[in-house]
Order: sequence, then structure tokens, then C-alpha cells
Amino acid sequence: MTEPLMINLALMILLLPLLGFVVSLFLGKRIKAIYIFELFIIILTFAGAVTLAFVKLNYYQNTDIVSQFTWINFGNIPLLGQTNIDLGILIDNIAVLMIFVVTLISMLVHIFSIAYMKGDKLYNRYFAYLGIFTFSMTGIVFTHNMLMIYIFWELVGLSSYLLIGFWFEKKSASDAGKKAFIVNRVGDLGMLAGILILYTTYHTFTFSQIFAQISAGHLPFNSEFWLTVTGILIFCGAIGKSAQFPLHVWLPDAMEGPTPVSALIHAATMVAAGVFLIVRVYPLLTSGALLFIAIIGMLSAFIPATIALTQNDIKKVLAYSTISQLGYMVMGLGVGAYKFAFFHLITHAFFKALLFLGSGSVIHAMHHEQDITKMGGLRKKMPLTYATFLIASLAISGIPLTSGFLSKDGILQGSFAFGSLTGYWIFGFVGFLVALLTAFYMFRLLILTFHGKPRDQHKYDHAHESSFSMAMPLVVLAALSIFIWYTPNPFNPEQGAILTNWIKAPQLVTPQDTRYNFMKSDVPSGSVIKTVPENSEIMYSENYTEALHQAHIPAMLLSLVLAGLGILIAFIFYQWKKVDVDKLTNSIKPLYNLSYNKWYFDEMYDAIFVGGTLMLSRFLSWFDLTIIDGIVNGSASLTRALSIFTGKFDNVVVDGFVNFVAYLSGFVGLIFRRFQTGKVQTYIVFVVFSIVILLFIFK
Amino acid sequence: MTYFPILSFITFLPILGMIFILFIPKNQATMIKSVTLLITSAQVIAALFILHYYNYSLGGINDPNSFQFMEKFRWIDISGFSWIGRIKIDYFLGIDGISVPLVLLTAIITFIATLSSWTIDKQVKGYFALFLLLDTGMMGVFVALDFFLFYIFWELMLLPMYFLIGIWGGKRREYAAIKFFLYTLFGSIFILLVMIGLYFSTSETLADGTKVFTFNMLAMMNPHNYNQFGILSPLNPNNLRFIAYIFLFIGFAIKIPMFPFHTWLPDAHVEAPTAISVILAGVLLKMGTYGILRVCFPIFPEITRQLVWYIALFGMINIIYGALCAMAQKDFKKLIAYSSISHMGFVLLGMASLNSLGISGAVFQMFNHGTITAMLFLIVGVIYDRAHTREIDAFGGLMTQMPVYGGFVTLAFFAAIGLPGLSGFVSESFIFLGSFGFGLIRVLTIVSTLGILLGAGYMLWTLQRVFLGTLKEKWSSLKDLTFREYAMFIPLSLIIIFLGVYPSAMLNLMNTSVNSMVKFMADAKVMYSSLSGF
Repeated sequence: MTEPLMINLALMILLLPLLGFVVSLFLGKRIKAIYIFELFIIILTFAGAVTLAFVKLNYYQNTDIVSQFTWINFGNIPLLGQTNIDLGILIDNIAVLMIFVVTLISMLVHIFSIAYMKGDKLYNRYFAYLGIFTFSMTGIVFTHNMLMIYIFWELVGLSSYLLIGFWFEKKSASDAGKKAFIVNRVGDLGMLAGILILYTTYHTFTFSQIFAQISAGHLPFNSEFWLTVTGILIFCGAIGKSAQFPLHVWLPDAMEGPTPVSALIHAATMVAAGVFLIVRVYPLLTSGALLFIAIIGMLSAFIPATIALTQNDIKKVLAYSTISQLGYMVMGLGVGAYKFAFFHLITHAFFKALLFLGSGSVIHAMHHEQDITKMGGLRKKMPLTYATFLIASLAISGIPLTSGFLSKDGILQGSFAFGSLTGYWIFGFVGFLVALLTAFYMFRLLILTFHGKPRDQHKYDHAHESSFSMAMPLVVLAALSIFIWYTPNPFNPEQGAILTNWIKAPQLVTPQDTRYNFMKSDVPSGSVIKTVPENSEIMYSENYTEALHQAHIPAMLLSLVLAGLGILIAFIFYQWKKVDVDKLTNSIKPLYNLSYNKWYFDEMYDAIFVGGTLMLSRFLSWFDLTIIDGIVNGSASLTRALSIFTGKFDNVVVDGFVNFVAYLSGFVGLIFRRFQTGKVQTYIVFVVFSIVILLFIFK
Repeated sequence: MTYFPILSFITFLPILGMIFILFIPKNQATMIKSVTLLITSAQVIAALFILHYYNYSLGGINDPNSFQFMEKFRWIDISGFSWIGRIKIDYFLGIDGISVPLVLLTAIITFIATLSSWTIDKQVKGYFALFLLLDTGMMGVFVALDFFLFYIFWELMLLPMYFLIGIWGGKRREYAAIKFFLYTLFGSIFILLVMIGLYFSTSETLADGTKVFTFNMLAMMNPHNYNQFGILSPLNPNNLRFIAYIFLFIGFAIKIPMFPFHTWLPDAHVEAPTAISVILAGVLLKMGTYGILRVCFPIFPEITRQLVWYIALFGMINIIYGALCAMAQKDFKKLIAYSSISHMGFVLLGMASLNSLGISGAVFQMFNHGTITAMLFLIVGVIYDRAHTREIDAFGGLMTQMPVYGGFVTLAFFAAIGLPGLSGFVSESFIFLGSFGFGLIRVLTIVSTLGILLGAGYMLWTLQRVFLGTLKEKWSSLKDLTFREYAMFIPLSLIIIFLGVYPSAMLNLMNTSVNSMVKFMADAKVMYSSLSGF
């Protein structure tokens, strides 16, 4: 297959779901069966993705395929010269792997939803939204520049908003959609700032050009510090989308959406977009930025894991476990275990989608009951769901022969090695602790749902195994949670093609002294690499390879022991009931409350940020109405008062004077009128008198 | 180039229509409306002609030879008028890449507003006559290149607007109309003072060699046209250019409206009938920013450069303050009015960047704000027509009752939030890219980005309160959109989507001019600093 053909194929994969969206949106009401068209579209898309992945991974393993076009031409800008904004497609190994995962899960979710959503009054609308989600997600994966990532990033936000709030008549659902969108926007602001810095510095959005310029020694504001800040700012986007601490609060609420949606976007794909973003910009991350990422990842792995221990809503448990697992991936990237982190993204996508679809199957069977304390014993009623759920639980707990064991172990091994080289043992420590917690809460969930006796007999009696369209996706995903697809050796993932040939950690472009010691290239210090060799990998130092190798067996054993311990405790607590759980929780009441109430994050954010903003907005609105407009109206009143005053002044003083003059002349006239009698005799008397007086004066 | 005076045609066509309407009997309401619709459609077609014949490679701004569709002839010429000397005023029209988008916008918005005015049933004749007069005033402002002419158009639109709000408005219409009128007049006086000052400082050499004072804006952009002792002449060491700039800026800022001169806007919007709100938000506010870009910037480039930080600061305040005030509103229309203030802040911020990305973004934002906010006001109008209330909390669940309407609302709201794929995103992004690229206002830019977060906050909250949730019983009889309303929403939606996906269609139109403007502003720095030696 030639390269242009592959670009066209990628475009087809990108645009088909959009077509599906538009068609279903406009014809959904008229044509009842339009969802079949949507289904057809997604199957076609998946077929395209498989073809593309096959061709890329077999024939173009070491060549990336790029195609771009000018979206906006600013013409000849003064001082900058010809300025364009290019959009384009980049097909590399991680992109095709990611696309494979996205389209596969999307397809399975489509199939699952046919039965799950049956009878919903907006049935076709639902499939339309799935279409636009798939489109946006594909866009993030295929792009070769930062701007397009941001564009599709926001579109993913939109589709997530629509899907979470799909049952918008429920207040909790519309609340959750709104919360998801806004919390994501908080992270996006950071990402936007990062993009602004990058564009201002490099005048391009294209990754390869940015990387080339950084490796040529051109840094934002000419400082390594700002390169670190840029990396952290871009990572903020990932904090939002991958629901990392402290912006993780939207994901548990997002469970208000239909369960298949949770499987697709809040477990497997959308939330993985954040991790994918870090993977994309990995070359420009300095050690400072990576350490920051590792810390956030660690906290996000730990805090939600402790919350998941006590939740009773089946989907909430899974949601917190998702955050925790994403935290693993983020931490893995932060400590330099790039390949394993991306590998975990893939394996996690499958088994977490399986867990969500499994929970969907349970919820469907239990007539929308989600509280695990009201379930129990479903194993007998739903053997297939149980079996697949068990496989996924084993995978997420990291039990051998599963895919999760391979990838999670890799991350733990990486953080172990990181600790031994840098002295930051905390990442490894927390990683193992979370492995224990994960195994425990997953099996608590499994036991409470499927084992023991039914706690709600009525609902239990009505429960039934799901139909084919819901069972098939479960089986496929369960199969994909087994090690065999990834490596022939169930204990060593590095023997499979995926880690040896497909996922390649990219060459860093950051200045040598901003890298972790073990990631420095062997180039003599002082010399600057002008070009980034294509497809070259991070040059880990020999120490690192050594440390990683040494960490392999201890990490594996330790994680196995801890996972086993977690499962054992879960069985002791909930299956065999050897320990009175209620008593235990009572004895650690404060801790239990902290976990049960999700560390009070929601309450805190509501009070500080939401409350603060609303208070400020009310204050400003008052200020606007009273002060600013008060001044306007006040000056109007003042002018009026002044005009009344001048009016009075005019009336009384000015006009008064005029009237006074008139009056005066009238008065004078009144007096002098008396002289004017009209009689000649009187006048003669006056004249004579006057003459006498004049003569007297001038004598 | 055509010799047909298309700019005069597009500007005065509405006046012809107005005269025609005055001869139609009062009771022929449908006929009056049809004539108006015909006139505004003809205007749209004329605007499309302009677009078709527009030459993308000519810059405009300060170069009279690269303006297009120019019409210039002697209009008033009184020789030997006591001490003032000879008064010569030109009728001078022309457009460049800064005005073309706004001419197009004015034509489109007036057309849509005509459709929206269809429900007017009180004194139809007077309404549409004034409406068309207003149309001429707006169009004229965007095509005039002579300051005197510009000012006449500027004032011309004031009077019809006053009556349109004062007679056809809501309960407090008189208060709002007078507030609008006085506030704008207050600004106009500032503009008038500066205009006269500039007139007596600038001379133009005629063909016969005599020098006369001039109102020609392009002449005012060249410091060599100033008199040695003109009060606003850069050649005069004791000139009052700084004060004049502030006056002029305030005059235009009132129209934008810029904080703290904005309080007339919410009142005017709340009281005005829907169509007039659409025009007010869609076109009138742009006159303020257009004025700054067309008059303040190129005539006073050296002072603009001194004050950009403050312009950006006020842009930032507008963005944040407007958004926060919007969040607290209980009246749907008032909320949109405040959101409009917030979005106009972006335009100020973009202009202050003085670089191509920022100014393109600003001009593009003017256009996009025009279409998006017009749509938002139409949305409020639709619901007010049916429910006779605008209180946000009175609604809920309308999405189920009016799904098509809900679809358009979702589109418009997300466009206002700046969702990629819709036009608002592109302009806002370029404004940020531009202003962040200017080191001086970098921090202000970062603070301004909070505006898009707050925007998402109040918009989605409103969407939720009005359209999501369960339908209230009393609204279960509301009807979905009518054919006429479709005709208003569909063109606007298509424009919003088209420019979101293919912004080049608009950006190419303005590129050359924006680049000329940026170059002019950069060159002016050198040119004006060399003048200070005089």
C-alpha cells in the first residue's frame, strides 16, 4: 500500500464517524433504523483501522507518514514573513495502535448498546453522539500538530458533555455533563497557555518543527525553566482529560451517562487521551516536568484507590479505579517508563472497557440497580458476565497470564528502577501499595456482586444473562485481556512485537542538562544535535537498562504477593466473613469517612471555587447596578437637579430681574402718568414752575 | 473594477426603500414588511457582489490608491467663509479588508433582523421606515472615508435607534432609550471635538496648488499633511494629541461598550424589541471597535503605541467583568447582553496586540460576535414571543418540548463558548496568539483566558436551567420553530459552522489590509519619533 493511500485511509477513518453523526442527527427522527447505518459505519471504520495498523506495523514500521495542508494563510506578515497555519495527519506506530484500540472498543460499545439502549426515546441520537465522539478521538490521535490536538480535544469535551448528559431530564446527569466540561476547561486553560508559549516561540504548531527547534537549542524565552513550565502547562490538559488529581472530580460524576458510554469514553479512550498527549509531547519534557508528572500520577493513583475501597455504587468503584490506573500510566511516563505506560494504556483500555460493559450487563439485568450492597449471587444467573468480569478483575489486579500483569508490572519495575537510580523510592512504594489496594477493592466488588447470597431477592429473580449483542463484546474484550496477544512469554512482555518493534520511546530533544541522568545521550557535552534522527529512541544509559533488568524479578514477585494479599483480604472480609467489616470500619471511622466522602474534594471545590465565583459574580453584578450605573444615573440626576436649580434661578433671579425692571418702569410710569393729565392748563403750570426753578438755579 | 457606485447603492438603498414605504398606506403591513425584506435582500446581494469583485491583494488603511470601490467627489465647497477660510468636504467612500467583513455583516444581520421584525404589529410603517434609516446609517459608517461623512452617518443611526427602542420597546423603554441616546451623544461630542481639531490641523493640497483644510481621514494618517501649528498636529510641540486620543477613544469606547461606559447596553438590550437587539449586538457595537481601528489607530499611531497596555487592560476587564456579571443575571436577555460585553473585550485585546494575528483575530471576532450574538438574541426572542417571560429560572426542560430549537440553541451556545469547529473559536484563538505574542500584554492575555472558562460556566449553566431537566407543566404547549424562524437560524448557523471549518474564507479577505495596518503602525513608530525634532 502506498503512502497516499494510507493517508486517504486515515482520512476515511477520521471522517466516516463524522458522516455517521451528521446522518443520524438529521435523519434519526425520520428513519427508525438509522442506527444500523451508524453501526455499519463504525464497522467500516474499524476495518480501515485494522488495515492501516497492519500495513503500518508490517511495512512501514520505521517510517512515519505525514501529510499536511495549509489551513490558514496569513500572508506576508511584517517582521515574520510568510505565515501559515498548517493542519495535517501523522501516522506513526502509537497512532495506529491507539486508533485500533479506539475503533475496536467503539465498535464493541456500539454493538453492546443496541440491546442496552433499546427503548430509549433518543435511541438514534445516542448513536449519533457515539459517532461524533469517535470522530473527535480519532482526530486527537492522527494529528501532527498542537493546534489540531487542541481542536479535537475540545470536541471530545463536547461529545463527552453530550453523552454524560444524555439523559438530560435528570438533574444529576445534566449537572455531571456541565461539571465534566468545565473541569476539563480548567485543565485546558493550562494547555492553552502552553500552546501560546510554543507558538510565540516557534511560530508553528507542528510537533516535528517544534522538536527540531528545541533540539537546535531554541528555548521558550531562552530559558530551560520556561521549557519546563511549558511542559507542565501542556500536561495540565492531560490532568483535566485524564481526570488526574486535582481535577479528577468530574469522572465519578460522569457515571451518570449510559454505562456503555462510560466504557467507551470514561474508561478506555477519552480519558486515555491525556496520556496520549503526554506521549505525543514527550520529547520536549524536561526532568522537572517529568518529575511533576510523576508526582501528579502518583497522587492520582493513590487517592482514588483509597476512595474506591468504600464506594458502593458499582460504577463509582470502577470510575475511581480508572483514575487510579490512569495515574499509573501518568506516573509511568513521569519516571521514564514510556513503553510500559503506553502498553498499560492499551491493556487497560480493554479490561476496563470489559469491566464497565460487564457492570452494564449487571445493571441492565438488575433493572438499573447500581448499588452493590443490593446485589449478590449473580454468578449463577449470569455465568458469562461473571467469567468475563473475573478475567478483567484478575487483569486489573495484575495476576499472571493476564495482560494487566504484563503492563502494570512494567510500570512498577520502571518506578523501582527509577528509585534505585535517583533515590525517589516513593513512586515505587506508592505503586506497590496501590497494587494491593486495587486487588482488594476489585475483588470486594466482584464478591459483593456475584458471590454469596442475593440481598435483593426480587431483583435477583428477574435478573438474566444478557443477549448475544451484549455478551459478544464481553467475550472479545475478555479474550484481549489475556497475555497471548501481546507476548509469547506470560512473564516477560518485552518478548512481544508490541514492545520491541511497535512502541518506540522517542528521542528527547531537551537540552542534555535538563534530562534525568539516565536519559542523557552519549553525545559529548557541549555539542548540539542539529537534527532529530527519525525514529531514534530515547538513549537510556546503561545504568538504567541494568537497573530495569535488576528490578524485573523483585518487582514482579512483590507485586504478585501484594495482589494476592489484596485478593485474600477481600475474600476474608466479604466471602468468608472472618472479619466483621462493620466493626472494622467503626474502629477507623475518620479514615473510613474520608474515603467514603471522597476526601471531601467536591465539597471543598464547591465551597471555594464554585461558591467563590458565584459570590464574586453576584458582588460584581451588584457593583455594576449600584455603583457604575449609579454613577451614570447619579450624574443624570445631578444634571437634572442642576437644571431644576438653574431653572429656578432663571425663573426667580434672571427673570425676576427682568420682571423687576419691567415692574419698576411700570411703577415709574405709574407715578409719571399722573403728570400726564392731558390738560393744557396743568402743563402750563408745570412749564411755569419749571422755568421759575431753572431760573432760580442758574441765576 | 466596475464603475457602478456600488457603495453608494448599498448605503442609500435603504433610504430609497424608506421613502417608498412612506407612500404605502398605513394598513398595508405585509406590503411594508415585504418591501423591507426586498430591500435588505438586495443589500445582501450587493454585498455578495462586493465580495466577488473585491481584490484580495490591495491593502487600504492609509493608502488611498489601494482602497476599493472608491467614490470621491466634491460635496460641499464654500470659499472664503470669514476666518475659517475655504470649507471643502468630500463625499468619499471606499472599503478595504477591515471594512469588507463589516459591510457583509451589516447586510446579513439587517436581513435577519427584518425577518425577526415580522412579528411587529404596532405602527408598522414607522417602524420599518426607521429601521431602514438605521440601516443606511450603519452601512455608511463602514464605508465612509471622510471624517465629516463618517460623523454624519454615525449620528444618523442614533435617531432611529432612539425611537425604535423608545416606541417599540418593553416596559422601561423610555428610560433605556434616553439612556442610550444621551450616552451615545455624550460620546459623539467627544468625537466631534476631535474631528474639528483634526480638521484645523490637516491640509490637503488641491490640484491648483492651494492648500485647504480637510476632513479626509487618509490625509490625517500622514504626518506630512499636518500644519505646523495645528492644535492636533504632531509637528506642533505643544499639541493636544494625547488628550484628543483619549476623547476619541472614549467616544468610540462607549459604543463597544467598554467598561465602565457599558451600563447603557443591558438596559437598551432588555427593553429593545428582539430585532433591534439583534442589530444592536450584531452591528452597532462593532462601530465602536471599527472606529478605534479605522480612526484612533492610524491617525494617532504614536499615542496608540503608548496606550496599548491600557487598551488591553480594558479588554481584559471587559472579558472577565462581563462574564462574571453575566453569571449573576436572572433575565435571559440581560445575561446575553453581558456576555456580549465580555466577547467585545476580546476585540479590544486583539487590537491591542498590534500584530497580524491579533488584529485579524479582532476583526474576525467582530464578524463572529455579530453572527453568534445575533443568534443568541434571536434565541431569547423566540422564547419570549412564546412564553412572554425571560426569567431563566421560570424555564426548564425545553429541549424535550422544542428539540429543533434546542439544537440551534446548543449550537449557538457552544459557538459562544468558543468550541472548535465553530467560528468563535478561530477568532478567539488568534486574539490570544496575537496578544500573547506581544510581550507587553502577555500577562493580561493569560488572565483573559479565564474568560473562556467563565464563559463555559455561565453558558452551560443557562443551557441547563432553561433547556435541560424535566419540562415544567405550563410550557407543555410551546410550539417548536416556525418556517420564518428557520429562515433566521439556518443562515446564521451555516455561517458559524462554515467559518469555523474554513476561516480562510474570511481571513484571506482581511489579510492584506491587516498586514498593511501592522506595517503602518510599526513604521509610524519611526516616522513620528523623527517628527519630534521639529
